[in-house]
Amino acid sequence: MPFSDADLAAVGLTLRLAGLTTLLLLLAGTPLAWWLARTRSPLKGAVGAIVALPLVLPPTVIGFYLLVALGPNGPLGQLTTALGLGTLPFTFSGLVVASVLYSLPFVVQPLTNAFAAIPERLLEAAATLRAGPLDTFFHVAVPLARPGFLSAMVLGFAHTVGEFGVVLMIGGNIPGQTRVVSVQIYDHVEALEYAQAHWLAGGMLVFAFLVLLALYTINPPGRRGL
Amino acid sequence: MRQPSLLVAVLALFSAGASAETVQLAVAANFAGPVKRIVADFEQSTGHKAVVSTGATGKFYAQIVNGAPFEVLLSADDETPARLEREGRAQSGTRFTYAVGRLALWSPNAGVVDGEGAVLKTGDFRRLALANPKVAPYGQAAVETMKAQGTHERLSPRFVLGENIAQTHQFVASGNAELGFVALSQVTRDGKVAEGSAWIVPASMHAPIRQDAAVLLRGKDNPAAAAFLAFLRSDKARAVIRGFGYDLP
Repeated sequence: MPFSDADLAAVGLTLRLAGLTTLLLLLAGTPLAWWLARTRSPLKGAVGAIVALPLVLPPTVIGFYLLVALGPNGPLGQLTTALGLGTLPFTFSGLVVASVLYSLPFVVQPLTNAFAAIPERLLEAAATLRAGPLDTFFHVAVPLARPGFLSAMVLGFAHTVGEFGVVLMIGGNIPGQTRVVSVQIYDHVEALEYAQAHWLAGGMLVFAFLVLLALYTINPPGRRGL
Repeated sequence: MRQPSLLVAVLALFSAGASAETVQLAVAANFAGPVKRIVADFEQSTGHKAVVSTGATGKFYAQIVNGAPFEVLLSADDETPARLEREGRAQSGTRFTYAVGRLALWSPNAGVVDGEGAVLKTGDFRRLALANPKVAPYGQAAVETMKAQGTHERLSPRFVLGENIAQTHQFVASGNAELGFVALSQVTRDGKVAEGSAWIVPASMHAPIRQDAAVLLRGKDNPAAAAFLAFLRSDKARAVIRGFGYDLP
């Protein structure tokens, strides 16, 4: 067995983190993407830019600010402490918060593109047939944006699995809590356990390739949504 | 009479330019503070330049094996330089212990850590930061200390592990962990603990943290590499090293 129990625990934790992050991002990202695709508000540019920030910021910036802001002296840390939640760094919940921020553009951008590609007249037609806005959204917009949802889910999940720098900075490397696969690989390399590092790293490579292959097969690049 | 003196001046300029070399140093994270001071003195007194990269020793090892351009390693342990020498990646005969690390249990707040480390037995804290004992000598020493004290088992659920001692310090300094085992060098300025409260762990509680240096293969023909190690043994450098709370062999 090339994988130790600690390796498998890290894999399980990573999948749990990525699954929960993707779910939360779909819930929060869908209305946000809809708004970005449809609004004429002057804030559209600014909100779009904020959503895209994690694409260009190094993980060290996000990790450092999260460590400071979520810590006991930071504004968010004081808020979570006042709410009785304690501070979030070094906890699984803290990683979820960080991952939601970090993977936000990977979910919101495909959804925004997919929503923007829906012709206005289809939505108007639904409205003339007396469909309410929610009805229109769930029965017209969502089915038409299906490729966008697929891209958003796959990219959000895969990008969270691939997270390293942010987790390293706010995770504290706790087995079963914050020691995800990428950190486990780093530990193996640091400890000169190259064989174990190879198994996990190779596994990540195969996983990433298969995920993208599946995505590009079902949903070829260039089509709406990506 | 004028011409020869001009020639001498030009030659002097030339030879100064030719002998001033740059050396690439890979330096253990715990030695980041002292090396900055030592490099400044080194550059001033020899005219050579030194470029410093700080980080985890295990990472440096992987990078050196894979062709990183480092010429001198100031390791956090004595094992890595020995291993590099065995593998023919470090120049034999250049290895020596440049510092012996001391461990401190530290909090940035006054009155949290007592001078005997009793806080570990009785203290009411949520998180204790230490460097990952699997990869970092200071983490290993921290575990040995807690085992000697009989607190290891009780405290291990509260551990948060830094990737190296610099990150461990950051966990504590930012308040995310109330206290942690850091390198004494990180919290010492001019021979005493600069802020907060600390327990300087007696050296008898853990195996000595011998930090060895060696010239790597890439630095074999660089006079600045040898010059740096020679400078590291000088009284001036030793005074800096001691001032940061290290012991010397």
